[in-house]
Amino acid sequence: MIEGILIGLETALSIKNILMVMMGCFFGTIIGMLPGLGPMTAIALMIPITYGFEPATGLILMAGVYYGAVFGGSTSSILINAPGVPGTVATSFDGYPMAQQGKAGKALAIAAYSSFAGGTISAIFLLFAAPSLSKVSLAFRSPDYFALMVLGLTAVSAFSSKGQFLKAMMMVILGLMLATVGQDSLSDITRFTFNNINLTDGISFVLVVMATFAMSEALTIILKGKDPSRASERISLSQLGSIKLDKDERNKMLKSIPRSSVLGFLIGVLPGAGATIASFLAYGMERNYVNEDEKKKFGKGSVHGLAAPETANNAACSGSFVPLLTLGIPGSGTTAVMLGALLGFGIQPGPRLYMTNPEIFWSVIMSMYIGMVILLILNLPLIPYIARVLATPKNFLIPLILFFSVTGIYLMSFNNFDIFLMIGIAVVATFLRLYNFPMPPLILAFVLGGLMEENLRRSLLISNGSFNFLWDRPLTAVILGLTISIISWQIYSSFKKKK
Amino acid sequence: MRISIDKIISLLFFILSAFYLHQTYQIQVFSFDENAPFNAKTFPTFIAYIGMFLSILYVALPERTSYKVDYKVLDYKSTLFLVIITVIYGFVILKVGFFLSTSLFLFFSYYFLGERRWVWMFVLSFPFVALFMFLLHGLLDVYLRDPLLKILGIIG
Repeated sequence: MIEGILIGLETALSIKNILMVMMGCFFGTIIGMLPGLGPMTAIALMIPITYGFEPATGLILMAGVYYGAVFGGSTSSILINAPGVPGTVATSFDGYPMAQQGKAGKALAIAAYSSFAGGTISAIFLLFAAPSLSKVSLAFRSPDYFALMVLGLTAVSAFSSKGQFLKAMMMVILGLMLATVGQDSLSDITRFTFNNINLTDGISFVLVVMATFAMSEALTIILKGKDPSRASERISLSQLGSIKLDKDERNKMLKSIPRSSVLGFLIGVLPGAGATIASFLAYGMERNYVNEDEKKKFGKGSVHGLAAPETANNAACSGSFVPLLTLGIPGSGTTAVMLGALLGFGIQPGPRLYMTNPEIFWSVIMSMYIGMVILLILNLPLIPYIARVLATPKNFLIPLILFFSVTGIYLMSFNNFDIFLMIGIAVVATFLRLYNFPMPPLILAFVLGGLMEENLRRSLLISNGSFNFLWDRPLTAVILGLTISIISWQIYSSFKKKK
Repeated sequence: MRISIDKIISLLFFILSAFYLHQTYQIQVFSFDENAPFNAKTFPTFIAYIGMFLSILYVALPERTSYKVDYKVLDYKSTLFLVIITVIYGFVILKVGFFLSTSLFLFFSYYFLGERRWVWMFVLSFPFVALFMFLLHGLLDVYLRDPLLKILGIIG
């Protein structure tokens, strides 16, 4: 492990990679700050830039964008009560009231310190958990992997879209359908190509991500007539107040951070959960922990109420890397985008990643510490200036997003067909978004589709066509049991609400 | 009886799944693979049946929460324009080249969305694209196909 850490440090501390972390944090903060544009869009827009990079550098950049975007989301939550990402909704409960009381600077400082602490503590957990889990996951066989992917897709559908389980499951199926276009990986038989040679190699992952996130976000903003910059008119960006915290505020923060870090990390590791659930649970847990006087302050600018979700959402970001790096199975839409990018680099994450590509495995973990320090340095003094991004008019923002989307595909294939296909998927995705059909399950299913088919094929061939493989191994049965529990819970809660 | 848009989308999804199933049966597998426990048809067949089941379930179950869309605020005109201009951009980018087509696409998009600050519109189109090309092509060594600039001898 020490050797791995040193390899990781060497890679992460190279000038190029430090620059990438800085760039990732900076652009992530800016994009995450814009209401409606979350980490998935931010990472999708960065993919074309990583084409010429080493895999480790590309992943370091994307990881920087990820936690930068989560922090950026909290800034817009605090300043204008418009969370840039769902994971920062809970931040606005107490952050925005603090800003309204003239303590926006303090609220931003609490968010910055909490994010730093949450991210750093959970990166330490990741340092120890990832190699151990990698060893455990070597015992996983094809049926376990297949069951785990089914669990991941079910969990993302259940948790990422509250009350929309069936809609989310339909999106999963749509993602799997898109993943089956092109040559079958084993027999090379072409499927669903309609004799179009452009579809023989399948639909590119970058194309689907750009279409369903970057491009359809842009079209949705225009269609709904939303202007993210309009909200910034309500605040005076130059008068954020002091960022210095007094002793009482520091003590309150110090109490909230450790427990929220642990909770955030554990939730982040679970498939489908992620930053949003972590932040809400941390907020709820903190409310139960504090005394009656503090409890009354919740929702009115409580330090505990702001520090807890901010710590938890950043801790969950690091936690979500555990299943990606150790099992090769992303637990969320954002890490699914990263998996897709890694596969594009020819890297297959999984239990053997830390043996076959130690520089990637360890440098990503090491870069998280550097990223957290950079975020803190970047955010505290520069936030009044960065917050001006909130005033970017949509007239400039939307064409630039469309430009980055088209360029991403153009650079990849130099092919008109891919651009038209992307526009077509984006139009359908915009229509589906309008009616609350969630996109993260579609992306996760698209990324996992090939792996799922591969593992189902192996399992069925080993068991000679019998579905007994689903309960023959205790591990598979347990994972499948969890999946059934999630589906049952969804059915139960839907009937409970109807009553 | 009124049927919600959500349910209409589910019905469309059912039709899509049924069409997908039909296409699945058109897949020509090798004769020795026809009766194998798993062939190129197996996974898509499962997906198609699950898709049909889910969409029927959504249509059959009573509506839990009705998601209301305020059609009055939807700006179809601008959205349609952006889609059309992006299609045109996608069409000409290979012929005209990256620099000119992208700069014009950005400039006209800003204009149509109501922007009239000409200096900013210019800066964020032609010089911005030139800078982007320099970053990608010049610094990051990412190949950018631009026949026009190649003819003019600006890029190699």
